[in-house]
Formats: sequence, C-alpha cells, structure tokens
Amino acid sequence: MQQEKSIKQPSVVVPFETTYKVSFATNIRYLIAGTLFGIILVKSEVISCFRIQEMFHFQSFHMYGVIGSAVVTGMVSYWLIRKLGLKTFDGKEIKFAPKKFHKGTVIGGLLFGFGWALTGACPGPLYAQIGNGASIIIVTLFSALVGTWVYGRISHKI
Amino acid sequence: MLEFIRQPWPWYVAGPLLGLTVPILLLIGNKAFGISSSLRHICAACLPTKVPFFNYEWKRDIWNLFFVAGILIGGLLTLLFFQNPNPVQLNPDMVASLEKYGINNLKGTVPADLFNWTSLFTIRGFLLMVGGGFLVGFGTRYAGGCTSGHSIFGLSTLQWPSLVATCCFMIGGIIMSNLFLPYILAL
Repeated sequence: MQQEKSIKQPSVVVPFETTYKVSFATNIRYLIAGTLFGIILVKSEVISCFRIQEMFHFQSFHMYGVIGSAVVTGMVSYWLIRKLGLKTFDGKEIKFAPKKFHKGTVIGGLLFGFGWALTGACPGPLYAQIGNGASIIIVTLFSALVGTWVYGRISHKI
Repeated sequence: MLEFIRQPWPWYVAGPLLGLTVPILLLIGNKAFGISSSLRHICAACLPTKVPFFNYEWKRDIWNLFFVAGILIGGLLTLLFFQNPNPVQLNPDMVASLEKYGINNLKGTVPADLFNWTSLFTIRGFLLMVGGGFLVGFGTRYAGGCTSGHSIFGLSTLQWPSLVATCCFMIGGIIMSNLFLPYILAL
C-alpha cells in the first residue's frame, strides 16, 4: 500500500474495508447484479454503436434520456440512502473514496471520448457486446487492456 | 410478455433501471459502481509485474470482476432468449450517412460491415478496433473512470470531478465523431 501512495491517481482499492476475504456466495450477488445490468444494456440499445454515433450527432434523444434518467435515479437513491442513514445489508456504514480532480480528468476524459466514438462503446458495453455474440469485440477489449497497461506503466511520468 | 421484452426498451424504462445499480451496489456491499476498473484488475491479475500501478491487492476488488462477468452473461442471455430480431430504428439522417460509407447492415450491436475479422487487417478496421480500444483503456484509467464510474456513479453522488470528466467524454466523442471519424470511415 505504501507504493500506491506515490501514484497521482487515487487507488481504486478502498482503504476502509479491512477484511476482503469474501465468500464465493457473496460474490454471486455481484454476478447477478452484473447479469441484470448486462441485460438492460442490451435491451436499451445503449451498447449499439449506431446509437452512440446518433448521440454524438445529436440526432436522437434516446442516449441522453437513458443516461439522464439513470443519473437522476442514482441521485435520488443516493440522497435517500444518506437521508435515511441506510447501512449495507450486512450492517456496515456506506462510504467510498471521493473522485479526485487532476489533469488526467480532462486529458484522459478527452482521450476516452475519442475512443468512445471510434469503438462506439465504453467498457461496460464491450463486455455486453462480446456476450451478445460480437466476438470480434474481444480484439477491442484486449486493446483496451493494453491501453490500461500502458497507462499503468507511464502513469508516474505523465 | 416475451414479445414485450423482446422489443427494445424505451429510455424511461432502461435509464432508471441502470441508475438503480448505484444504490444496489452500495447496499449489497458498499461498492462504488465503476466498470473500467475491471480492466486494471485484469491487468494486475494476469501480468504479475513490479509496476506500482498494478501492484496492489486486486483480489480485494474481485467483486468487480464478478460484476463484469455478469455483464457478459447478461449479453449472452439476451442473445439466447430475448434478442430484438429487427435492426435498430435510427434517425434517417444517420442511416443515410452510414450508407455513404457502405454500412448497410444495421442488425446487432456493432456494424458488421466495419467490425469483423477481415477488416481488422485494414487501416480503417485497425484504427477503429485496436486504436479505439487502446484509447478507451488508456483514457478511462487516466481519467479515473468511465461512463459508469464518472457519469453514472460520480454524478449521482454529486462529485464535481465526475462532471468535468463527463463533459470531457462528450466533447472528445463529439469531436471524434463529427470531425475525424468521417475521414477514417472513408479510408
């Protein structure tokens, strides 16, 4: 963990959770949540490259409607969680590491935007497209892994 | 019922359902929703390295890999049981501009005329799949999140860096799609 601190970008490893040996049964919950998420991604057509291009050309409200209503739902639910002081199902306090601003937020954001328009997909849809039968997208996913790896290699220099 | 599910879902059904991922992940285990982190975990898991960025307890975040495995399964289940048999209903202007570049097959989630194993070895296909994929992986990590982590989770939890990131995602996408993509598609 010491090494992590030297990196500009905050670690995704959340420090407040000390025990991380979670059972397979617990992880199945995330598998099911992911499965439902994947089904909705396909059925809403947000994993369609065509829809992404429509969005970037302002030719359809669909994508804006999906993302906008997702954010509003997320906002209201998070507000309720805070308002009601809800805890996790196993009684832990709900808190997470805040997103930090750095120049990568802008530069990385723009670079991802370029990639989003080229591939017509962000990371979630890549997995859903492969599952949905577009086997060629394995290449895109692999390339995204290479991109992540290269970022990791040079992150301390940029 | 099955007929109903087979149709594409309207935004006002799908959007709120996608947004519910935020409270669900927080409630089932205090997890911050984000998908691009899975790319980092896969790198850390598959390539043991001394690079500090990948030298962390990725197993602590293994839930994230279960979640993305679920997305893959979700895609497969949809394909098997409730896939929409019809091509996507696009704006006629988009259909017309796609036809200009020889993209006539609008079935499925990716344009088969662009993304296929043969076109991978053309400049156009290579730029779209390999170049685009690289930028997705590099950019999301540099930005500290993607559409899910910043645009859905970050905005839902009112984090201003996520608003900046989301604006940059859109600006980058609009620039690429309108200014550069036409030249790439013409290759």
